[in-house]
Amino acid sequence: MFDYHALAPELIIGGTLLVALLADLVLPENRKYLVGVIGLVGLAAALLPLLTVGFCDDLPFCEGGAARVMFGGSYVVDDFALVLKGLFVLTGIISVLMSVAYIESDRYYQGEFYFLIIASVLGAVIMASSRDLITLFIGLELVSGPAFLLAGWRKGDVRSNEASLKFFLIGVLSAAILLFGMSLVYGLTGEITFEGIRVASAGLSEEPAFILGVIFILVGFGFKIAAVPFHFWAPDTYQGAPTPVAAYLSVGSKAAGFVGLLTICYLAFANVADIWGPVLWILAVLSMTIGNLTALKQTNIVRLLGYSSIAHAGFVLVPFAMAAAYDAEGLESAFSASITYLLFYAFMNLGAFAVVIAGAEKAGSAEIDDWAGLSRYAPGLASLLGIFFFSLAGIPPLAGWFAKFVMFRSVMGGGAGAWGVALAVIAAVNAVVALYYYARVVKTAFMDPVPATAPLELAARHQTAPALALVLGITAAVVIVAGFYPPILSFFGDAARVLSFGG
Amino acid sequence: MSWFDQGWGLSLTVFLPLVGVGMLLLIPKSQERLIKFVALGFGLASFAASILLLFRFEFGSSEAFQFGTDLTWIPAIGSNYHIGIDGISLPMMVLSTFITVLAIVYSWNHWPDPHNPKAFLALILLLATGMAGTFVALDLILFFIFFELVLLPMYFMIGVWGDRTMIRLPGFKREVETRLYASIKFFLFTLFGSAFMLLGFLAIYFKSDPHTFDIVALHQAGSMGVFDGTYGMWVFAALFLGFAVKVPMWPLHTWLPDAHTAAPTVGSVLLAAILLKLGAYGFIRISLPILPEQAQTWAPAIAILAVIAIVYGSLACLAQTDMKRLIAFSSVGHMGFVMLAISTLTEAGLNAAVIGMVAHGVITGLLFFIAGSMAHRYHTREMARLGGNQTLMPIMAGILAFTAMASLGLPGLAGFWGEFMALLGAFNPLAGLSLGVFRTAMVVGAVGTVLTAGYLLWMLQKVNLGEPSEEWLGKDLHDADRFELAAWVPLVVAILAIGIWPKIVFGATEGAVANLIKTAFGG
Repeated sequence: MFDYHALAPELIIGGTLLVALLADLVLPENRKYLVGVIGLVGLAAALLPLLTVGFCDDLPFCEGGAARVMFGGSYVVDDFALVLKGLFVLTGIISVLMSVAYIESDRYYQGEFYFLIIASVLGAVIMASSRDLITLFIGLELVSGPAFLLAGWRKGDVRSNEASLKFFLIGVLSAAILLFGMSLVYGLTGEITFEGIRVASAGLSEEPAFILGVIFILVGFGFKIAAVPFHFWAPDTYQGAPTPVAAYLSVGSKAAGFVGLLTICYLAFANVADIWGPVLWILAVLSMTIGNLTALKQTNIVRLLGYSSIAHAGFVLVPFAMAAAYDAEGLESAFSASITYLLFYAFMNLGAFAVVIAGAEKAGSAEIDDWAGLSRYAPGLASLLGIFFFSLAGIPPLAGWFAKFVMFRSVMGGGAGAWGVALAVIAAVNAVVALYYYARVVKTAFMDPVPATAPLELAARHQTAPALALVLGITAAVVIVAGFYPPILSFFGDAARVLSFGG
Repeated sequence: MSWFDQGWGLSLTVFLPLVGVGMLLLIPKSQERLIKFVALGFGLASFAASILLLFRFEFGSSEAFQFGTDLTWIPAIGSNYHIGIDGISLPMMVLSTFITVLAIVYSWNHWPDPHNPKAFLALILLLATGMAGTFVALDLILFFIFFELVLLPMYFMIGVWGDRTMIRLPGFKREVETRLYASIKFFLFTLFGSAFMLLGFLAIYFKSDPHTFDIVALHQAGSMGVFDGTYGMWVFAALFLGFAVKVPMWPLHTWLPDAHTAAPTVGSVLLAAILLKLGAYGFIRISLPILPEQAQTWAPAIAILAVIAIVYGSLACLAQTDMKRLIAFSSVGHMGFVMLAISTLTEAGLNAAVIGMVAHGVITGLLFFIAGSMAHRYHTREMARLGGNQTLMPIMAGILAFTAMASLGLPGLAGFWGEFMALLGAFNPLAGLSLGVFRTAMVVGAVGTVLTAGYLLWMLQKVNLGEPSEEWLGKDLHDADRFELAAWVPLVVAILAIGIWPKIVFGATEGAVANLIKTAFGG
């Protein structure tokens, strides 16, 4: 049956999508930005039912429990889904805000741009609720399809073409691998829903074809979340794509991949954690280490963030890795650790990208060396750069520390044993390595002299667009406040642990 | 005043500087005078709050945590905003607020390039919150946050306002400015240590039953031997890494000379006077009481590392040509005495450690102030070129001589008690510890005191005595100005007061230390 209250966010976003498309047809060229405004209003409106469903018990007009199961168990709206939907919608809002000035300066196809971003957000929102293989796959493709086009937005730019093509080819390849894995799992279990697979897979952990299926699914998602060794598309795509799109890819699209991985691992494959646990252990170690070591050498700030986001994918995977050894409580804490990490990461990485957009306009380039002495002519922007980059590095009192902390916490507890401690130590060393490249950018901005070639006059005239400034303000406030008082974000990560395990 | 005693007093001491940072950010950069007064105001307010606490402190029961509060902070991980002070943390907290005020006063007319008082003072105040907070935190995660909070401001202080001399690092073709190298080295070393410290905290958390980060509850659990065996050894090792880098103990000390030398004067003062103490305080507050069994196993190793630091630090001092670097290396030696004192696990030892830390804070802080002021005037720190300071700037030279005497442990001045009682403790360590190791350590440490006297007198001879070099004649070298004196005289008074009447510190520490030794080691 239809639960319109629970489905309201999807319906609102879908409606916004159509309105945006229509509005783009009728609006004159100089009013196209209104499509963006429509998108913002629609996305913001979608947040409202998320809240009313989430706090349903406290509201007089609202009926029904926390977990609303629909379509024969294929579509579930529980606290986990609500938290992640909220994250996706917020990421969408922030990405649109970042894009407004950026896209306007390019002068073409504004309307479609917003249409595509909202469509991608809709896909992610669907993924958060999907509890069977087909809905998950459709959601995932709805996330990726528009993203291919967005990556190639700057048509005249060869790099943007490369970004789009690479992303598209890898995306198609990963979808194929994912589908192949899903078909194997379906063939062996005869089930589509996660719950059915969980029950049917109890005795299959020795079955080679099933193991292959599980590993193929992991590989498919591995591409989506850009985990090493499936990462090589990410830095090229981020660098070539318009920077707001790169921000969206590195947060929204990546988080969508993680949602798929989380639900499928913890729900469908809960009984075969000894297959995926060790695989993800290796992926986590490789992603952290190789992502960080490669980031050390980068000269372009967007590429640097690309590799840093690969390393962060590794950190998010860390709690997964010891799943085979966990008891039920440990699993729950690992699950919420990954989500909490994603929540914190979303705000600081979006903020970092916003700084990069604003800074690249001021300094006239995204090469790190050209940012030298930024603090002399743009002290506010340089301070924000410091805030977001050190937060990404996990330095207290900025919010990133808490994300790292819950990650460490999940592997140290629950009888994780020697492999867990080894992973924690590797992660700790990686956190120190990561500090070096984040600090290097901050050093360049604060401690190096302004180069003679710096476009100071341009910088003095250039004002950061109001929408972008708003993004910077919001994300910076969250990063600082959540650093001192993590519960404002961790509350949601903790709420999301009430995923109905085996329920 | 009950609100003041129930957490507000401590919270004000810790967070007033942070409020000050917020206020400074709102003031336009051009209003320098206002900025200075606001910063000084918040520094003084924090100091005043800590002094008020000092007077309200119940010295009779200094082993109890006082003025505390325990509020929910991060329920998801079971971490609370639990604060409170006992006789061990009280002197350290007062020291930190005291030095902060002096640092702001000294800064009044000493601005290292590139100027920018607003940012510089904001960083000092941010440091103040981190330093005071570490000493009052009674929750491991809260402790961790404050412990780390000092990293960012110090990184920027060294990196932006630090020494611009070029150095060539071994293995590199290009030269790099000292400040850039020193700042990142400081940051990476400390973060490396504290990453493992955090893992250690988590290990403690998961071993305790019920799981808790509460330091007071963990003291209880520790004294009952909850953290035993190999598990405990690894945990101690992880904590050791975090604290030993910060102290720093040999051989993890290599960031110290670079950071202290490259930092601007005020940065060096705060580093030496307070930041180093965070590590040693961590040993006393966390490692010893929570992991007493492992502390006894590790004690001889710590003692050996400590005396190596004493001798190595002294010998390294004798090899320096740069006055500031010499003072920096002297910190390695002095913190060696503090660690030797801690490793004895006795009442005498821990009392010595706390008074040694306070004394080192005021003495070395003052030495760095003077070294900075001299470099400001002579534009060099090469001792070979200084010489004859006594005739050029008699007041400054006098204070330098006085402080050097205190630093070498002259009886009657502050430095004496820490060194003397550390050696006394080493003569008679906790029952069960190897007498051979500790008595040898004592003898080597005693040789170290001679070496300490050696390098400090050598420094005085080079800097103060002799004829001024030709190059300074006719230069306008003015003696200590009023801001410098305002910052230094309180330190001189403190050195004298602690030296003559050590009860100022012991009065607070004795009860707390006795209780710690009794519950943790049963002796």
